[in-house]
Amino acid sequence: MKEVFVHLDRCQGCRSCQLACATAKSKSKTLFGAVTETPRPTYRIYIERGDGLNVPLTCRHCDPAPCLEACIAGCLYRDEQRLVRRRKDNCVACWTCIMVCPYGVISQGKEPKIAVKCDRCHKLEIPACVQACPTKALVFAEPGSFAAEIRKSAAGIMARSRDLGEKVKGEKGKREKGNRLLP
Amino acid sequence: MEKTTDAASKDMLKVAERQDLTTIWDRFAAQTPQCGFGELGTCCRNCLQGPCRIDPFGEGATLGACGASADTIVARNLARAIAAGTAAHSGHAKHLAHTLLKSAEGKAPDYPVRDEAKLKAVAARLGIATGGKETRELAREVAEAALKDFSEKETPVAWAATNVTHGRVETFLKYGVVPTGIDAAVSEVMHRTHYGVDADPVNLLLGGVKCALADFAGCAMATDLADILFGTPQPVASKADLGVLKPDAVNIGLHGHSPILSDLIAQVAHDLDGEARAAGAVDGVNLVGICCTGNEVLMRHGIPAATHSVSQELAIVTGALDAMVVDYQCVMPSLAALAECFHTKLITTMPIAKIPGAAHVDFSEDNAGAAAREIIRLGIEAFKRRDPQKVNIPDRRSHLLAGFSTEAIVAALSAVNQDDPLKPLIDNIVAGNILGVCLFAGCNNVRVPQDQNFLAMAKELARENVLILATGCGAGAFARHGLLTSEAAAEYAGDGLRAVLTAVGQAAGLPGPLPLVLHMGSCVDNTRAAQVAVAVANKLGVDLDKLPVVASAPEATTEKAIAIGTWAVAAGLPTHVGVIPPVLGSPLVAKVLTQDVKGLFGGYFIAETDPVAAAQKLIAAIRERRAGLGL
Repeated sequence: MKEVFVHLDRCQGCRSCQLACATAKSKSKTLFGAVTETPRPTYRIYIERGDGLNVPLTCRHCDPAPCLEACIAGCLYRDEQRLVRRRKDNCVACWTCIMVCPYGVISQGKEPKIAVKCDRCHKLEIPACVQACPTKALVFAEPGSFAAEIRKSAAGIMARSRDLGEKVKGEKGKREKGNRLLP
Repeated sequence: MEKTTDAASKDMLKVAERQDLTTIWDRFAAQTPQCGFGELGTCCRNCLQGPCRIDPFGEGATLGACGASADTIVARNLARAIAAGTAAHSGHAKHLAHTLLKSAEGKAPDYPVRDEAKLKAVAARLGIATGGKETRELAREVAEAALKDFSEKETPVAWAATNVTHGRVETFLKYGVVPTGIDAAVSEVMHRTHYGVDADPVNLLLGGVKCALADFAGCAMATDLADILFGTPQPVASKADLGVLKPDAVNIGLHGHSPILSDLIAQVAHDLDGEARAAGAVDGVNLVGICCTGNEVLMRHGIPAATHSVSQELAIVTGALDAMVVDYQCVMPSLAALAECFHTKLITTMPIAKIPGAAHVDFSEDNAGAAAREIIRLGIEAFKRRDPQKVNIPDRRSHLLAGFSTEAIVAALSAVNQDDPLKPLIDNIVAGNILGVCLFAGCNNVRVPQDQNFLAMAKELARENVLILATGCGAGAFARHGLLTSEAAAEYAGDGLRAVLTAVGQAAGLPGPLPLVLHMGSCVDNTRAAQVAVAVANKLGVDLDKLPVVASAPEATTEKAIAIGTWAVAAGLPTHVGVIPPVLGSPLVAKVLTQDVKGLFGGYFIAETDPVAAAQKLIAAIRERRAGLGL
């Protein structure tokens, strides 16, 4: 089961994912059409600045999901793809889901005023936000393969550290022999 | 999506794919999806607190850090695009003005005045007394008047004010959009779009119109001065498309926009045929045109047009182009890397337009002939390194008739009515044989299958008896597809239009009807079409905004095209664009451009990406104008 993952060092904060998200949720499915619709479509992905990094945030479709547990109206449910989705007619606008979401990625819709959240573009092969990301900060991948990618990168870092260690050792040896390499 | 509708380009794209060569279409694909804020025009980078962008969905930021709204940002960005286009066109004009001045001062022996009649006509239009003056003296006065038009002065830019109807001048004065210096107008836009200056979107757009009228002046000046120095174009037969490259010749592509070097190369090329033959090229030197430099030398020398705009790289992919000589504007930097995959020598020639990886030949007017020869010799040297295994010249070329300057059109009409040349045109418009006139201008755009919109629209309009004029890469599109021919007139023109084209063609001594599309020159030559419209308006005693005349840039790309489109609207023309410019982030600006501006200038923009729907909208606009005239 693929998930939307974020390469935390890549997001430039361009907000292209937000425009693509709102466009995917519009009637016309085009940007130029979407910006002229009333009400204008709502995007479901957010960019926040955290400790010097731009961090795209969208629904993690947690399991168990606090929002789903808290929904008293029978609006939020888990579908066959294990995504947390809405039965729109059931929302009573109590905003409990907003209160309990640990990521803050559920919002108040414009018209009708109901809870709005990511459905991971369940009808699309690749979610709109991922397709739109120009730096590939957002990826749609199996958790296992995403983790493998991180491991591979970590392995590279460790290998380079080892090389550096060897080099430092070597230089130290030379210094001990009286060769000053550094001023 | 199909990349191009041109068969030769399709052939070359297959070759590029086989050889794993990257072209504009690949790079564009790598750029998609593109930034929505940029597409909507709501990204502002005009200060170091930015970039700021406005959330078009109203959830995030509605104002930039300084408080600029989407309306302000979109209007500022549009005005800056117009300023850039104006700087380009008028930079081209200024270059010609300096050349004319050097010519007059005897400092540029390779540049004599070739069209004294045009020099006198331009001088007379500017109010410069011509009587009893030597050609050189008059050339100096015209060149000085041209250079004076760039700086701020107390009087309107002469090349704008003397090239429009009296009614237009009054309208421009009324809305405060008369430029008093071409460079001053560009500079003013840069000032008012700077941090914390003009924030009123409508005022900014009027600033853009003022600058666009400076662009009009720059265009008109460039045409006038090029005609004076190199001759006013007359009808000329030639060919177009990549099949004009010859397997046994030294093929040299002339690319960019300026006639200053390219015309010299055209003049001296055949002096070096012997050297080319000695190098093994039995057919000598074969010059071919690319983009509007190609149009300049096509119009004046009948040099065939290899290709234009988005397909410029494909001339190199043929493996038979020995040198590509470039001046300025619309020259893609990608050419250098592509030329490295072949033997082609890419040669830049202008101090303001260099490309990493290209050879540079320093060109100036005082060494023009020598530089032209040096460049051709570089082509001959490269020819010796040509790899026959890599040569793929598509066997595709179309015949064409070009060279329809204003003077040439009037001369053709004079053959019908010598005393009153415009009468046959006006009579046929009144009688409905000609429903109206459409000027096609502008570029190809990688977003549109190359030439698709030009062809679809021209066929629709011609069937409804709309007389079609074309310039720039638009004219190139029609050239490639055989629409600059009598045969196309027979095939696609409605009955009324066909009868007129046939009658004028016969009277003018052509073997058949006038071509379906009249090629008026490069993109800087759009004012040739405006001159015809002004003459008709003056004769009828109405202003331009009443005439059944429209314009279209159905595959526009450049900032120059935005500037031209804006002055076409200010001149009173319904003006179609087939690629949506970055303005939709401001519903207000979009409405002003497509609706409200009609109340000020009579012209307005029609944004429509579907070519058939666009043609229908232009026909409706023409019919509305005819009804207004009681026709």
